[in-house]
Amino acid sequence: MPAYLARRLVQSALILLGVSIITFLLLHFLPADPARMVAGRTASAAQVEQVRQQLGLDQPIWTQYGRYLWKLVQGDLGRSYLQRTQVTELIAARLPATALLMLGAILCELLIGVTLGAFAAARRGTAADQAVMVGALVFVSTPQFVIALTLLYVFAYWLGWFPIGGFGDFKHLVLPAVTLGLLGGGWYARVTRSSVIEVLRQDFVRTARAKGLDRWRIVLVHVLPNAALPVIAMIGIDIGYFMSGIVVVESVFGWPGIGQLTWQAIQQIDIPIIMGVTLVSACAIVLGNLIADLVAPFIDPRIKLR
Amino acid sequence: MKRLLASVSLAAMLVAAPAFAADIKQGGEMTVTFKDDLITLDPAIGYDWKNWSVIKSVFDGLMDYKPGTTELVPDLAESFEVSADGLTYTFKLRPGIKFHNGRAMTAADVKYSLERTCNPATQSPGAGYYGALKGFDEFQAGSATELAGVVAVDDSTVKIELSRPDSTLLHLLALNFSFVVPKEVVEAEGPDFGHKPVGTGAYKVTEWTSGQSITLERNTDYFKAGLPKLDKINFQIGQEPVVNLLRLQKGEIDIPGDGIPPAKFVEVMNDPTWKDLTIVTEQLHTGYVTMNVNVKPFDNVAVRQAVNMALNKERIVQIINNRAVPANQPLPPAMPGYDTSFKGYAYDVEGAKAKLKEAGLEGGFETDLYVANTDPQPRIAQAIQQDLAAIGIKANLKNLDQGNVIAAGGQKEGAPMIWSGGMAWIADFPDPSNFYTVILGCGGAVEGGWNWAWYCNPELDKRAEEANAMTDPAKSAERAAAWGKIFTDLMADAPWAPVFNEKAYVIHSARIQGPQGVFADPIHIPVNYDEVYATDAQ
Amino acid sequence: MNVWRGLLRRPLAMAGLVVALAFVVIAVFAPVIAPYAPEEQFFDGLTLEGSPLPPNERFLFGTDLLGRDLLSRMIYGARTSLIVGLLANGIALLIGTSVGITAGFLRGLPGAILMRSTDLVMAFPALILAITIAALKGPSLWLVVLVIALVNWGPIARVVFSETTSLAEREFIAAERAIGADTSRILFKHILPHLLPIIIVWGTLGISTTVLFEALLSYLGVGVQPPEPSWGNIVYDGQSYFQSAPWLVFFPGFAVALLALAVNLVGDALRDLLDPTLRGRH
Repeated sequence: MPAYLARRLVQSALILLGVSIITFLLLHFLPADPARMVAGRTASAAQVEQVRQQLGLDQPIWTQYGRYLWKLVQGDLGRSYLQRTQVTELIAARLPATALLMLGAILCELLIGVTLGAFAAARRGTAADQAVMVGALVFVSTPQFVIALTLLYVFAYWLGWFPIGGFGDFKHLVLPAVTLGLLGGGWYARVTRSSVIEVLRQDFVRTARAKGLDRWRIVLVHVLPNAALPVIAMIGIDIGYFMSGIVVVESVFGWPGIGQLTWQAIQQIDIPIIMGVTLVSACAIVLGNLIADLVAPFIDPRIKLR
Repeated sequence: MKRLLASVSLAAMLVAAPAFAADIKQGGEMTVTFKDDLITLDPAIGYDWKNWSVIKSVFDGLMDYKPGTTELVPDLAESFEVSADGLTYTFKLRPGIKFHNGRAMTAADVKYSLERTCNPATQSPGAGYYGALKGFDEFQAGSATELAGVVAVDDSTVKIELSRPDSTLLHLLALNFSFVVPKEVVEAEGPDFGHKPVGTGAYKVTEWTSGQSITLERNTDYFKAGLPKLDKINFQIGQEPVVNLLRLQKGEIDIPGDGIPPAKFVEVMNDPTWKDLTIVTEQLHTGYVTMNVNVKPFDNVAVRQAVNMALNKERIVQIINNRAVPANQPLPPAMPGYDTSFKGYAYDVEGAKAKLKEAGLEGGFETDLYVANTDPQPRIAQAIQQDLAAIGIKANLKNLDQGNVIAAGGQKEGAPMIWSGGMAWIADFPDPSNFYTVILGCGGAVEGGWNWAWYCNPELDKRAEEANAMTDPAKSAERAAAWGKIFTDLMADAPWAPVFNEKAYVIHSARIQGPQGVFADPIHIPVNYDEVYATDAQ
Repeated sequence: MNVWRGLLRRPLAMAGLVVALAFVVIAVFAPVIAPYAPEEQFFDGLTLEGSPLPPNERFLFGTDLLGRDLLSRMIYGARTSLIVGLLANGIALLIGTSVGITAGFLRGLPGAILMRSTDLVMAFPALILAITIAALKGPSLWLVVLVIALVNWGPIARVVFSETTSLAEREFIAAERAIGADTSRILFKHILPHLLPIIIVWGTLGISTTVLFEALLSYLGVGVQPPEPSWGNIVYDGQSYFQSAPWLVFFPGFAVALLALAVNLVGDALRDLLDPTLRGRH
């Protein structure tokens, strides 16, 4: 296990290095010129050139990357071109909100998805099963914006149960987390259902049934733990999605997450922010997958880490 | 000189004994929302419509505009004199002005601030405006350690010398880029000054949580008696305009800074309560299509004229819910020099086809139309595309983010056509020259420039220079007319197809009121923060 | 042939097949079926205030924000959306499944290499890639297919990998290995059928998400460019109007869900028909 972990961590570092090189190159080949965006409309060509030198953008690409990497290993992600603020500071200001929403959303997804999925699997082929399946498809096919705004309109504006967005206490978290729970719950429900059905067919379950054990008991005690693997893998995948893919939910609920920062930076070609956020979310994705792999043997003891 | 002095004394009276301010009590607070962060409040760097107005409330410059108008008045300066040749301006500073940190502001701070903006190390997007200051080039190149044209004669006197006459100088001293900052704070904070700003203005920034909120509190030492009206302004960042409108309707916020989202516009305007709380302002804005004169067939003037005649501007305005008026010349109607008698090119499909025939392009041609990808720009571009198709021009849309459209426009043969929306010129100051030099003059028609039509007419450049040299305020009407003629003459060459002048719609809660014009201020969007007051504090 | 007969006996699966084929027919014969040209902006297609028109006799699905016939746009939009939803998602499914099975079954060094490349692909800044290519090369539908396939195969590989690692250790596989069964036989006869359910989940829900994802790419300049329609960009453009003009979101959203549902019904039936443990029980 320690050897496996060490090996995985080294591999993860290499992956992050690869992501940083690729992103740096892609941004370099973008026609948009950051020096011009900083220098503004009134700047003469000479002024733009001066800005370019100050930002170090006149250097060969590998020199630029080398400098970036050297600062990166010292924990310095540079300063935003437009805001002039430390990128680490900007990201640090948003990570807690993102982490909190991630937690709340995954909880909702599991609650909605696993419950419905297990239920549908237990009632396989009935109308209830079909309803869950169609419901999952409908929610997955609805744009984030529509679900988010509908929930906000009904429960915050109309009924007044929750604040109309913002970041603060538990009440603020409920609606965005439920929105994401509904959006992603469909995936979890379908994955859980198929995985549970798969387990239900296995011999030990048949044996349990033959012994006359209670159906729900079988599902809860014997089947769900065995069906959990794909669900764990899903959570690992979700972590990456929550780092960048939920900007719409963030902006409907005024949730100060990392997605909004990313989106604004992409619009403004603010390279240090884009680099910083890409690396942070790459870290989250790689770690999410690593944890999913590490947890697997505990869920299914047959699996060995190698 | 007379006209300007008259307005100066009138304004001085207003400041000394504000007619409306007397009976309005200070106090209360308001909440303003924006979807995107304000980025920075550093006056040398902030350059978008959101932070522009906030910076004006945190900092001050030598000059300012009378609230609700485009009329220049001295601000940190008490008075000023201009030499006969128009090359030397001497400003007498108002006594007793303090920065938010308590230190008294002096002439040395004015000099420091202007030098800071002009210093390339600051990377100020406004530095280019101050090229007429004496010694600017040497200072920028680093061969001089100070800006020779700005002299602190004594603690309360600043002398500004120019290397060439520039009739826009007073406007430039009312621009945020010239606003006065305290050296010791700027040096202590370094690049973080933009998030921890200290100025002399009506409000001080007491809290900034990146991506969430900014709090402004009343500067009790502010030099204008009775201002500002509010104790506190809360800026809340990060929520969709649609949601912010709901919050306004629920009474949670006072001004949605991003205005009324298109999806809600018709609904709000049909609601009598909210219609009355919506104020419409003309902006110094023009939306236009550029045609790159280096790219065939736009090198042919008949083709450019044909495009002008092909556009159904009424219909384009209808698509954006009539939030604009059709335009026929580069200058917006609110700008001095706008020619009301000019007719431009009328919508005439047959005429446009005839023009194409004249150019030998009866069969039409294929080209590219670049457009920024934020709503409603792609929609407007599609309407333009359909109009062009009607005369046989097949324009393929290039729907890109703003940075890449700007990059294509700055290449000699990069973008045949660009719809300017979302990147278009909202004037930084109310002077017609602001619509020419960079976006239509020869100086902007360079690699990486902002003259996307690459139009360069040396004769018009010469006339522009002459108009700019008319510094005598007595001749300001003549100067405006000279400028107006430059723009209408330019339309004969049709490097642009002007499409519309957008109007600003500001909606606010009933709690927040202000003197006439405060919500329709041509300089402040969405509102002049110093002047609004809370009715519940009365 | 057994499969085909099996399908015929399942009315739901047949309905799904018919719907899916109908969409294909609609896409192929769009010019014949659509009442109007998809890019024609009608002067009376908007109210005087510039609002779109609700469904009426002339415009059965109403008009969009530019006064165009929504029905015609959806009929033409089916072309892009089917290519994206079926082809791009299908490619992702193929790559993801192959990588996941191989890595999960082989483990060891080849497995590690495969799964770390999966990590790399998942951490890859796909949107930045999209923006860069769009700015340099201009938009194309094949680029969309490429980007979607690139983005989507990683998660599929992860899930398939985790299922396979567990399956590979089961007794029946160990028994097969012990009797010296050939690897490809084990993969195709024993592991793949057990993975089918999870693959079907991705094959169906993935259709919905990729069709909507295409709209984001088109916004960034990668996908089909306006005025060319796709279901995704119709939803995307209209979503903030869903209260004042619900038809702009409802019709395309419904079409996306219906396509996914149809494929799902067919997929479920196929799974049952191919499943070794269930075969012959119906």
